[in-house]
Amino acid sequence: MTATLGTTRQVVHVMGMPVSLALRGRHAATAAGERAWLEAVATLRDVDRVFSTYRADSHVSRLDRGEIGLSECPPDVAEVLAIGELARVQSGGAFDVRRPDASGRLVLDPSGVVKGWAVERAARSLVRLEDTDVCLSAGGDMVCHVADPARDPWLVGIEDPHDPSRVVARVPVRQGAVATSGAAHRGAHIVDARTGVAATGVAQVTVVGPDLTWADVDATAAYALGAGALAWLSTRPGRTGLVVWDDGRCETFGRAG
Amino acid sequence: MRRIIGWASTTVTLLVLLFGYHTSTSSTVAGQVADTVISSGTVAGSGSGSGTTTSGSGSSGSSGSSGSSGTSGSSGSATQVTGSVVQTRYGPVQVQLSVSGGEVTSVSVLQYPDGDPRSSQISNYALPVLADETVSAQSSSIDMVSGATFTSSGYIQSLQSALDRAGL
Repeated sequence: MTATLGTTRQVVHVMGMPVSLALRGRHAATAAGERAWLEAVATLRDVDRVFSTYRADSHVSRLDRGEIGLSECPPDVAEVLAIGELARVQSGGAFDVRRPDASGRLVLDPSGVVKGWAVERAARSLVRLEDTDVCLSAGGDMVCHVADPARDPWLVGIEDPHDPSRVVARVPVRQGAVATSGAAHRGAHIVDARTGVAATGVAQVTVVGPDLTWADVDATAAYALGAGALAWLSTRPGRTGLVVWDDGRCETFGRAG
Repeated sequence: MRRIIGWASTTVTLLVLLFGYHTSTSSTVAGQVADTVISSGTVAGSGSGSGTTTSGSGSSGSSGSSGSSGTSGSSGSATQVTGSVVQTRYGPVQVQLSVSGGEVTSVSVLQYPDGDPRSSQISNYALPVLADETVSAQSSSIDMVSGATFTSSGYIQSLQSALDRAGL
């Protein structure tokens, strides 16, 4: 089905993760398509320079050390922190851009917001391409766009958290985003901000929604909630998705959007 | 039973795929459709429950409960369970299950809306469909993989890597 239109693919590594692009349609193999891709990658690199917690000279690192104030950061930093604060409130505190480090000091780490937000922003140059379908994924979280309603949706496989060579489910997306949080590739890296303890009970959470910023935030927050993930997700409007429990059980939630 | 519930949710997914039309100007419409679709899922669920009874008694013949006037017929060892016609905003919907040995072996849609101009509108996204139900776990049937924050070092082992390599 999708193969008949011809999909071109690109991969680059930015912010320590693979960024994959699939294009179909008019600009799948044109110079304009290539320019839009380079622009998307440049956007991700710009975001990394401002937000990376791995770079001592990033605005966020300097803000965390108290060397600069919020007013000395690009306005994007305030926007991201505002989204993080909204997510903290809406998740009952499970999601937070401030987390205790090993010594107990609260450190600023907006990574849980930045990734989805950055990919959403980077996808803009690609989505503007006329009559062109776009699927832009960064480290497994993606923005999907299908330009012509007559064409097939993008088919997104949801990785098996217990066997990355397999998928546990598939979801068709025309306009929207898919984000997955779990411990599959980095060990138990998401902690419940209220307790500082890694989530248990839930192996992986995938959220499908209108935009990647909130799909990513919701997946991260739900994963941090552990056993309460599904109950919380069912309170979130306009999302669908999948929860994979530690014992391998899979449960879908939500309504088509 | 979990499998049966899974199938019921698959039916819902199928119906959502088929009928979960979305208009960007009215999210209320999408909500109403989803409500209707979920009631169809109930029909499928009760149908499969009847199937379990059938295999226990060794006789065929069942009807969906909860007010649905389902019909059934036997073909070989599999029992066909047909749900009642459910009226949706976009027209009638009817599903049929094949039940064998107490398990649903297939779901087909007998009737779906046709001719409504709004039928050309398609939902932006649907519920995920579980791989052990209707989706092959092969990478050939997917365009991209969503996974838990894979790093560049983990990438080489991932299915995404295979997809990317195949396309370059």
